[in-house]
Amino acid sequence: MDLLPPEARDAILLSLQVALWATILSLPPGILAAYALARWRFPGRQLLNGLVHLPLILPPVVTGYLLLLAFGTRGPLGSILEAQFGIVLAFRWTGAALAAAIMAFPLMVRAIRLSIEAVDPKLEEAAATLGASQPWVFVTVTLPLVLPGILAGAILAFAKAIGEFGATITFVSNIPGETQTIPSAIYALLQVPGGEGAAGVLVLVSIAIAMTALLLSEAVSRRVAARVAGHQPAPAAGRVRAPAAGRGPAPAAGRRPAP
Amino acid sequence: MSLEVSLTHRFPGFTLEAAFRAPTGVTALFGRSGSGKTTIANAVAGLLRPTEGRIALDGTVLLDTGARRHVPPHRRRIGYVFQDARLFPHLSVRKNLLYGRWFARRHTGRGISKSDGGSTGRADLPRIAALLDIEPLLERAPGTLSGGERQRVALGRALLSRPRMLVMDEPLAALDEARKAEILPYLERLRDEAAIPILYVSHSLAEVARLATTLVVMEAGRVAKAGPLVELLADPEAVPALGIRDAGSILTGRVIAHHADGLSEIEVAAGRLLLPRVAAAPGGRLRIRIAAQDIILSRTPPEGLSALNMLPVRVTALRPGAGPGAMVQLDAGGDSLLARITKRSAERLALAPGTGCYAIAKAVSVAPMDIGQS
Repeated sequence: MDLLPPEARDAILLSLQVALWATILSLPPGILAAYALARWRFPGRQLLNGLVHLPLILPPVVTGYLLLLAFGTRGPLGSILEAQFGIVLAFRWTGAALAAAIMAFPLMVRAIRLSIEAVDPKLEEAAATLGASQPWVFVTVTLPLVLPGILAGAILAFAKAIGEFGATITFVSNIPGETQTIPSAIYALLQVPGGEGAAGVLVLVSIAIAMTALLLSEAVSRRVAARVAGHQPAPAAGRVRAPAAGRGPAPAAGRRPAP
Repeated sequence: MSLEVSLTHRFPGFTLEAAFRAPTGVTALFGRSGSGKTTIANAVAGLLRPTEGRIALDGTVLLDTGARRHVPPHRRRIGYVFQDARLFPHLSVRKNLLYGRWFARRHTGRGISKSDGGSTGRADLPRIAALLDIEPLLERAPGTLSGGERQRVALGRALLSRPRMLVMDEPLAALDEARKAEILPYLERLRDEAAIPILYVSHSLAEVARLATTLVVMEAGRVAKAGPLVELLADPEAVPALGIRDAGSILTGRVIAHHADGLSEIEVAAGRLLLPRVAAAPGGRLRIRIAAQDIILSRTPPEGLSALNMLPVRVTALRPGAGPGAMVQLDAGGDSLLARITKRSAERLALAPGTGCYAIAKAVSVAPMDIGQS
């Protein structure tokens, strides 16, 4: 680390921080959106699908500008956040995390949705006949079975978040130590004479992070998939993990008639 | 304990309209595929919402579209054994078995019924595992089980959820003959030990004849015939609905002895039968299905015949079929037997209600599948 110029070190640490938060915070809404798109039939489903995928298709600069309009200190959402909770996103690292999360969201939802669609609804029916209400079916059957997809989606989102540039620089600018992530730092270094050396180091670091993430996701999802497919004996024999609290509100799922 | 079902369900191009009552014991829903059996099973379990209908179990209304009542599946406490087992692949056999336990405990507390409280789950596991011979499988993963083992675990899982009723949808259909023969004795044991109604969906008359006490015959979305199994199987009028080739009646008997030549001697109401060795010990009660087309009728006791079994019978009804055949219903010491012969033979022997004759059956014509515990 000491070999790196301080801006480069800050950029690496900031990128990891931003990507980690972006991934963690977008997991719950990502799983919910993926489940809704995979299993529920409701008016506005196509609209939700479009909204989720929008950042994938829009120019990142447009997404960043829209975020600035909405979450800027005078924007409708930004002013409420600041007045009510004292949270400022524009030109802060938290804003970079939000931009990265939104840009990575479609990739995450896609991966999770595919794995939810691969879960046989017949298993969920079986769980219901054994007394599990819908929230419990989700927690005890669906969620464990889609774990590989969730992990794959999370790692994909993390990698995307690390590399996000357009929306980030538009929304939170390129402030060293505050919002300057690896891509913005490379961009800035390439703008000044003699910056190629430090930029090269950051490029190598980017490649290393990306490769590690990919290999990790492969290894983890292979292990989880094997366990979920039931080809290896499950570890620790013994008690089933008893669900612990009262029955929650059952979301209304679309039931298909079976002839 | 009884289940009352009355429902109408409209699919595009097909309407199911069925009503029947299932008393304690095994009620078989029998019919060709597409006749609506599984739809009824799913409606009973709450997995399908019929267009209209009413379903009640022991007076508890599970569904009443008129009153806008639909108890969701997880509150019905109806154990469901699916054709394809549906074990949870991410859980060990033990965890699969115990899956319903925790929910069952909650629901016995403040669920639909409080009558059958008491200990649940863990205490029952050894008993159920022993009943189904699955103790050696407990730590295995479902992916490593054979089809027959999987189905036994699925059965155990349904039982351990402390259901008020069991629904089984073609639980043997995905298995080969050997695996079927492996599971049927467990189902018989279950029928005799479980004090809950069982709704058993099947398109195999042989299975139904082994297990059921009540028979509901479905045809194109309608109930064609319904009644006690033994009566219905011996009713010549029911034969068209059941399939002529499969027609056959049930005799109940008791094992007298096993002979050294591999035959077992069985006492039935009208006399004694010799059949290929049965598994039951002397004294054991059996239910024997004899196919109508395997019975020969004779007016006089025949001599010099290889067939080992001959019972004195009396004709109670005669039903000529559309083709050359005729179904003859016979009284065999109080049991009913069904024989399928040609109309020509019936005329030649001058058979009419009241005629006395002899029913002859080859020992080897009774398949092991057709002999079960009673």
